[in-house]
Amino acid sequence: MTYLFETDEHAALRAQVRRFAASAIAPHSAAWEEDEEFPAALYPAAAAAGVLGIGFPEAHGGSGGDLGHILVASEELILAGRSVGTAVGLGSLGIALPLIVRFGTDEQKARFVAPTLGGERISALAITEPGGGSDVASLTTRAVKDGDHYVVTGAKTFITSGTRADLVVTAVRTGGPGHGGVSMLVIEKGTPGFEVSKKLKKTGWWASDTAELTFDEARVPIANRIGPENGAFPMIMMNFVGERLALAGQCVAIAELCYRESIAYAKDRTAFGKRLTGFQVTRHKLADMATRLAAARALTGEVCARAMRGQMVAAQAAMAKNAATDMLAFVADAAVQIFGGAGYMRETLVERLYRDARLYPIGGGTREIMNEIISKAEGY
Amino acid sequence: MKILVPIKRVPDPALKTKVKDGAIDLTGANWVVNPFDEYAVETALRLLENGEAGARVAGAEIVVVTIGPEDAAQQLRSALATGADRAIRVDAEDKALDAGVVVAALVQIIAAEKPDLVILGKQAVDGDANQVGQMLAGKLGWAQATFAASVELAADQKSVLVGREVDAGVEYKRIGTPGILTVDLRIVSPHSVKNNVTPATFAYPDGPRYASLKGIMAAKKKPMDVKKLSDYGVTTTPVTREVGIELPAARAAGQIVADIPTLVKKLADEAKAI
Repeated sequence: MTYLFETDEHAALRAQVRRFAASAIAPHSAAWEEDEEFPAALYPAAAAAGVLGIGFPEAHGGSGGDLGHILVASEELILAGRSVGTAVGLGSLGIALPLIVRFGTDEQKARFVAPTLGGERISALAITEPGGGSDVASLTTRAVKDGDHYVVTGAKTFITSGTRADLVVTAVRTGGPGHGGVSMLVIEKGTPGFEVSKKLKKTGWWASDTAELTFDEARVPIANRIGPENGAFPMIMMNFVGERLALAGQCVAIAELCYRESIAYAKDRTAFGKRLTGFQVTRHKLADMATRLAAARALTGEVCARAMRGQMVAAQAAMAKNAATDMLAFVADAAVQIFGGAGYMRETLVERLYRDARLYPIGGGTREIMNEIISKAEGY
Repeated sequence: MKILVPIKRVPDPALKTKVKDGAIDLTGANWVVNPFDEYAVETALRLLENGEAGARVAGAEIVVVTIGPEDAAQQLRSALATGADRAIRVDAEDKALDAGVVVAALVQIIAAEKPDLVILGKQAVDGDANQVGQMLAGKLGWAQATFAASVELAADQKSVLVGREVDAGVEYKRIGTPGILTVDLRIVSPHSVKNNVTPATFAYPDGPRYASLKGIMAAKKKPMDVKKLSDYGVTTTPVTREVGIELPAARAAGQIVADIPTLVKKLADEAKAI
């Protein structure tokens, strides 16, 4: 099934991304996941195939397109590439760059956006800290002005693509406590005092590297600040809407892959003298998977369409994310169950997808934070 | 210079063929451009551009044409999305076509369009007939070079030097324009197409290019003429007839034998291979 908003153009885009992912990612998917990294050469290859720039303006080196194109391209990257870690690692620019595109100067866009979309530089977004994740207003990484630089001290953790990022879009405290004292700085690799302190081991998303970063009096030019001083909190919140819809879209894509794998296995596998699909219990399990998947896709697609029309959808995006993560938890679990013993083995794709799935009720704002956003919007 | 590229849609070769009631079941088939025709489009694009600068040679035009039902417009759009300039769709149902009918229509289209080169895939991967390019050259009385693995357009654009992989090595043929070229897989290798415009050192990525999202959007606005076979005065009817369709017999499971003598005995008695 596809999203209701899709046109022939989306179908053509799917075909292009599918071809790229099937040839450049799928043959290596298992190896890259086990290696906990994909080759950096994939960035320029994805850029050349027009995959990296989708959703970014052509003026800044992007391919054009909107949130709908991003959702569709990322779905095909997962379906045909069969490595969620690789897809989300490549996609870390999707959360790092929009802040620069929206709030940066032309000079910053030329320095940071175009080279990232061209696959020459790797970008990451750093908000979460060892001392707290969801509570963005309480972040403690400190940036103190000294001449034409900020001196940054603190740490960030769970940073996707952080171990090899050339530029880290980092939330820092430049002002007083609370959300009014937060600014956004682009901190570049090689800045003295900026170090990758740890490459983190995770439940899933293995092919995507995740880092802990430390800043020990790292001097960052004021020219690297995105947007106004102490004005980053609303920027971050705005960025979250796109990120959450993208995450909901990934859940839909992973569930679709689980579902397709399950059908293929159930049609092929024989037990008690007949195919698994010969058992009503299997057919009904598949039907339940399909139904929940269709429902999550419908909500994600609707909120995406509303966002593209310019509506404010912070609460709906939170609903879509929760609906999609709950759905994926069910579908990935059911897929493993259909595969039985094979579903518990590392060589089986659904085993890995089951582990990948666990990220989604946590990353990009937890399930509980989503409910807080919904509660506030609903006024209770 | 003007290049005409006839393309055909085929059911996605990556998917399993289904046979139902003695015929190939195409309900819900996923149609794609015949891979060899994609290579033909890529060849045309490479011949008429500076690959390094990513710029089309001035005055160059690439026209793609297909003969097929309304849905086949989608495959023309995908060729337009990678850079072809305009498209012609001749409306016809697949079952009303065979190589003879297609060639009869192409002869008329070529008479109207007057291309300098016609580039085709060496064959379509559905029927694997491998006839249209050769028959077309015969009907037009044009020079042809088939199964091209490399091509170089002369600086004066009056001829092409074509490399063909044959059993003993590579055979080179020079044909004058207008001419017919059919292409093989190797034509989309990084250095297979040369045009005396793109620097000789420039390496293309392997395979046909990807359509950018921008290209996909632009393709919607590029001209696509829709014609009927009767517009070209084609009255030819198919002479080939489908007698029956059956899938190859399922292969028996492999066996592990204990020793060489058993293997030889089985090869002789069961497999009848020796």
